[in-house]
Amino acid sequence: MAKLQSRTPDGPLADKWSSYKSNQNLVNPANKRKLDVIVVGTGLAGASAAASLAEMGFKVKSFCYQDSPRRAHSIAAQGGINAAKNYQNDGDSIYRLFFDTIKGGDYRSREANVYRLAEVSNQIIDQCVAQGVPFAREYGGTLDNRSFGGALVSRTFYARGQTGQQLLLGAYQSLSRQIKKGNVEMYPRMEMYNLVVVDGIARGIIGRDVITGKLERFSAHAVVLASGGYGNVFFLSTMAMGANASAAWQCYKKGALFGNPCYVQIHPTCIPVHGDAQSKLTLMSESLRNDGRIWVPKNKEDAVKVQKGEMRGKDIPEEDRDYYLERRYPAFGNLVPRDVASRAAKERCDAGHGVNSSGLAVFLDFQDAIQRLGRDVIEAKYGNLFQMYEKITDDNPYELPMMIYPAIHYSMGGIWVDYELQTTIPGLFATGESNFSDHGANRLGASALMQGLADGYFVLPYTIQNFLAGEINTPRFNTDSPEFEAAETEVNDQLEKLMAVKGNHSVDTLHKRLGKIMWDHVGMARNDEGLKNAQEEIRDLKEEFWNNVKIPGELNDLNPELQKASRLADYLELGELMAIDALNRTESCGGHFREEYQTGEGEALRNDKDFTYVAAWEYAGDDKDPKLHKEVLDFKFIEVKQRNYK
Amino acid sequence: MSGIFTSSIGKKLMMSLAGIFLITFLLVHLGINLLIIIFDDPMVFNKVAHFMGKNILIKIFEIVLFGGILLHVIYALILQIQNWIARPRRYSKSNYSNTSFFSKFMIHTAIITLVFLGIHMADFYIKAKLGHALEIEVDGVFYHDFATEMLDKFKILPFVIFYIAAFIFLGFHLIHGFQSAFKTLGLDNKKYTPIIQALATLYTVVIVGGFTIIPLLIYFK
Amino acid sequence: MNLKLKIWRQRDPNTRGKFVNYKLNDISPESSFLEMIDVLNEELITKNEEPIVFDDDCREGICGACGMYINGRPHGPDSLITVCQLHMRKFKDGDTIVIEPWRARAFPVIRDLMVDRSAFDTLIQEAGFVSVNTGSAPDANSIPVAKKYADLSMDAASCIGCGACVAACKNASAMLFVGAKVSHLTLLPQGNVEAEDRVLKMVAKMDELGFGNCTNTGACEAECPKGITLTNIARLNREYYKATV
Repeated sequence: MAKLQSRTPDGPLADKWSSYKSNQNLVNPANKRKLDVIVVGTGLAGASAAASLAEMGFKVKSFCYQDSPRRAHSIAAQGGINAAKNYQNDGDSIYRLFFDTIKGGDYRSREANVYRLAEVSNQIIDQCVAQGVPFAREYGGTLDNRSFGGALVSRTFYARGQTGQQLLLGAYQSLSRQIKKGNVEMYPRMEMYNLVVVDGIARGIIGRDVITGKLERFSAHAVVLASGGYGNVFFLSTMAMGANASAAWQCYKKGALFGNPCYVQIHPTCIPVHGDAQSKLTLMSESLRNDGRIWVPKNKEDAVKVQKGEMRGKDIPEEDRDYYLERRYPAFGNLVPRDVASRAAKERCDAGHGVNSSGLAVFLDFQDAIQRLGRDVIEAKYGNLFQMYEKITDDNPYELPMMIYPAIHYSMGGIWVDYELQTTIPGLFATGESNFSDHGANRLGASALMQGLADGYFVLPYTIQNFLAGEINTPRFNTDSPEFEAAETEVNDQLEKLMAVKGNHSVDTLHKRLGKIMWDHVGMARNDEGLKNAQEEIRDLKEEFWNNVKIPGELNDLNPELQKASRLADYLELGELMAIDALNRTESCGGHFREEYQTGEGEALRNDKDFTYVAAWEYAGDDKDPKLHKEVLDFKFIEVKQRNYK
Repeated sequence: MSGIFTSSIGKKLMMSLAGIFLITFLLVHLGINLLIIIFDDPMVFNKVAHFMGKNILIKIFEIVLFGGILLHVIYALILQIQNWIARPRRYSKSNYSNTSFFSKFMIHTAIITLVFLGIHMADFYIKAKLGHALEIEVDGVFYHDFATEMLDKFKILPFVIFYIAAFIFLGFHLIHGFQSAFKTLGLDNKKYTPIIQALATLYTVVIVGGFTIIPLLIYFK
Repeated sequence: MNLKLKIWRQRDPNTRGKFVNYKLNDISPESSFLEMIDVLNEELITKNEEPIVFDDDCREGICGACGMYINGRPHGPDSLITVCQLHMRKFKDGDTIVIEPWRARAFPVIRDLMVDRSAFDTLIQEAGFVSVNTGSAPDANSIPVAKKYADLSMDAASCIGCGACVAACKNASAMLFVGAKVSHLTLLPQGNVEAEDRVLKMVAKMDELGFGNCTNTGACEAECPKGITLTNIARLNREYYKATV
């Protein structure tokens, strides 16, 4: 494969996007009707892309595994969405949002992409307001903002603790409008199992109808992946139960490179694990850190008493509390970026200061805020989060400090894309969390929603035309071609093979074991030995999976266990690639923390000389090591510095 | 415009308008009935009843009233049948939600009320129309002697019990129907709903209390 | 905790379903309800039986995928939550729990506890949106919105489309769902532009889809995991009259 081309336009940073748009190829309205686009996934990126493309006149086929496009996991994002509106007059600008995002990502993202993201952020807010997204407002009727981790300005727009839901409903409603108009064919409960490549160009997918279990073929002139992230490789994460990496993984196996698989984000404010039967972790918005103070008992003896249930958090006097984030990072305090906050929590718990029964939790305390602002204000700001916490833990956070612990939350890595969001397979595009692009090694709070919608509303609908403009003479595709036949057979064979195993272990038991390997060795802190062990253990587990997984039910039928097994088969391969990537990256940056590479104070130590690149992995075959391609990140407009939040 | 008679909301609107009309009528009816216990002279009641029976405006009103009842009943039937169809298979465990209790039995209380209404009509109204009622002559004018009929009826214990029971069920119907009608009209918010609910309770107490006190007083006199 | 479960099993929409009894031991009171069913399913898989099929996804009460009628209540014996947020500490050791799917003509059973709620999508597709194309929006602060209305709109917009309102309603009515969408959009100046068209279309579609009629019983409000109130139904009525008369 040739050297990776990011296809970033020339010119000054601030002009790149407008100059790209001025010079790109467009498709005229009459031709748009003749062009089909497949969009896989209906989260923020997928729904907004499908709706926008359909509004332009393209014929769109939209897919989701859920029963309704409205249920995509973007809906669970709570805190907010960033934009450089500077409505608060606190000195925000496009450049500042760009700068914060690059810095927050630990200088491991592509400058031009991030600048474009910051640039279109303002349009997103306009668009969402026009769609009827009920953002929080001031008494004067203007939009309200809150502050978020990693920024010194208030630029986060929010709709109570349900911002993701409201933004997704906006996109879903726009999508629904296009479905009614006949511009979008909607296929809910249809899961993508394979990508069809014809003459080197992505031309379709193989879907499996979740209800009937039948495989179906869908063709288009281009395929857009908006299938989300791969956090569920850890089994326990804040992802939805059905969220999976399979669509992206099939694209990888068809030749799309996978960028930075080791970059996963651990979110600092999740509800701690309660036991073995636990199926998922619940996140509470990072916005809680605006008013909550994070601490652990200064004395280990107190911590042990709390762990045993002999003492409660509120009984520990002020002078015996260690507000470790405020202590270590006086400038940013409790609002340091997520990776920093997560590692600091792990460090305290590993040192024996953790507070719930497992010793794996820290306090998030609102007593000061309640005294300062009053319970009413806190309730108005975080009422639904407090209620959620109480429902899950049976503790009242107005009285007792919350207990939190980090959990896997987001994957910065993903399918490698160029400036146009096109993968290394022509005609295959990747958007939102499924691509690797804008967040570098760590994503700032309230930036996922921004990126998903930026890609879907304002970037992809333009850049894809540069590709589609060359397709206006290509007639619609017949799905009887040998390529479709072969792709379907491949899926069918794989599923038959899974059904034929008839072993002894349920999918979940094996998935939990993968999750443990990943969390122990490829989680918050990684090292050479652990990563090597992880690879071996994953390979063993993979063998066991293929020899001993137990799937009841039928192949051609509604079969949730088969669905899960098929996803796990892909996670087992992805998990290994993550370990390979993490082993390769002998530095610490953002969410990737190698214990061997840290400063004397325990901060991440980057190696800019050797690792200022995107690691893009090429699939080389089932039993072969993947091939590494490097996209060197060339910082022309920003000075690369050690991150400092002190 | 057509939807106002045929859509689900339209049909409900008709139900509620007819309901509110009947609610108003009940008050008038109660007012007249109370005359029999307020005044010792039964002729006061008879004269008012006579006036009600002969006045042309009241005659028109009577048609409107029957129309209202009919409308209320027909729409209720259509809505209820649609509601049954909307859940072809019932739950095996009955609903345990915290809801307005009486609203669950509107159709049942309605049927009881309807049966009562039928008997009531047969007893007083149709008899009078067919000329089977008692008559009394005062100053050369013949009046139907409803008062005596009523006083006689309310000396029969089973009838009193039946009559009171019917009104209690009507009360169940009213206590939900009254406030539901306003909700259907679109009046429901934090400010007015408590007032409407209080009014509904007051109204129900007045109607049920008023109509049941008459037979009780007569029976025990 | 040890539990007796009585769960509705149904192969497909056209097959007759029936209740099947299960016994389940050693469930942690800290588990969520769905985690309890996960444990049961693990046991069924071990015994070579087919696991119980149900919809779920986010397991944090926001996607609206999960929904079961538990002991006579949609989402079970707690308020303002979905099934995935229901915890076993709400039950007692030795309890018998009866679990049924949502039952409504408009929500046919697909299998076991999984139902087809696409009627809700059809309703939104009919007119539950603001007709604005990407790129044509004015500056977000160009139209001020009174905080009061923004808040009321948000109250209504928090609907997760789980269908508990229909499941709870003795008439299987979708008035709360439609009322919430109509309120959400109509209360904002951006959505008010097409208010009349929207309410007429959505109500007509709702009737066509076979939902029942509202009797203001309030079961929907009592069971809505997001606390959406009956006032939204009243507003729907008002908007409908405004558009009709």
